[in-house]
Amino acid sequence: MTIREAKEAVHATVLVGEEHLDEEILAACGSDMMSDVLAFVKDQAMLVTGLCNPQVIRTAEMIDMKCVLFVRDKNPTEEMLELAREAGIVVMKTGHRMFMSCGLLYEKGLRGGSDYERFS
Amino acid sequence: MSDSLEFKYDVDGEDFTRVGHASTDIKKKLKMIGIAPDIVRRVSIAIYEGEINMVIHAYGGEITVEISEDDIKMVLKDKGPGIPDIEKAMTAGYSTASENVRNLGFGAGMGLPNMKKYTDSIDIETEIGVGTTVTMHVHLT
Repeated sequence: MTIREAKEAVHATVLVGEEHLDEEILAACGSDMMSDVLAFVKDQAMLVTGLCNPQVIRTAEMIDMKCVLFVRDKNPTEEMLELAREAGIVVMKTGHRMFMSCGLLYEKGLRGGSDYERFS
Repeated sequence: MSDSLEFKYDVDGEDFTRVGHASTDIKKKLKMIGIAPDIVRRVSIAIYEGEINMVIHAYGGEITVEISEDDIKMVLKDKGPGIPDIEKAMTAGYSTASENVRNLGFGAGMGLPNMKKYTDSIDIETEIGVGTTVTMHVHLT
């Protein structure tokens, strides 16, 4: 799906990166532990998280993610948004909680990365 | 590219929010040089985890990245408390990080294991009360 479709699926607001909304994403990762995100890098292009600090953007950047979605209406700081702008990462927020956000995205066809095939 | 390139970074141990500065910069540089994307990603993650460790455990330190024709060498040197048990520290999930660090999204006990996972070799020299030097290599060929 495109980032725009993901945005619509979770009723999100785009904070940064409006110009990248038509880029494709195939898989996502939902976590508040950045070390876990870094440990299981596959081809996830979207990070769904309730953690809100600059390290979230840095982590996404390190693994070439295209989009960060903050759940529970977390408000990233201007410093974080600037980091995302520089890295060309879309930042969105939604009022849904983590489980719901992931569920809505999954329902629309987003998956967890290539690890998924091991169990299906 | 016959000569080797060297980059040095000071990691500020005081400010957790600024961690990642060195990894972001080196990532840009590697991309610019034209290093393959998967290698850039592996090197960036290894340095990023190392940077985080330096701030969490060792009041900052110094990172040197040397790029030669067939190898990227990363040396992360700190004057922290040292690692009492390297084997334990290398175990996925083992962590001595504080609750505060965990609240920031780190301290899952994946730092050193991740550094090992994404590099071709890792060597840790550590002395209690003196500091730790982590040397990692990623081959380019």
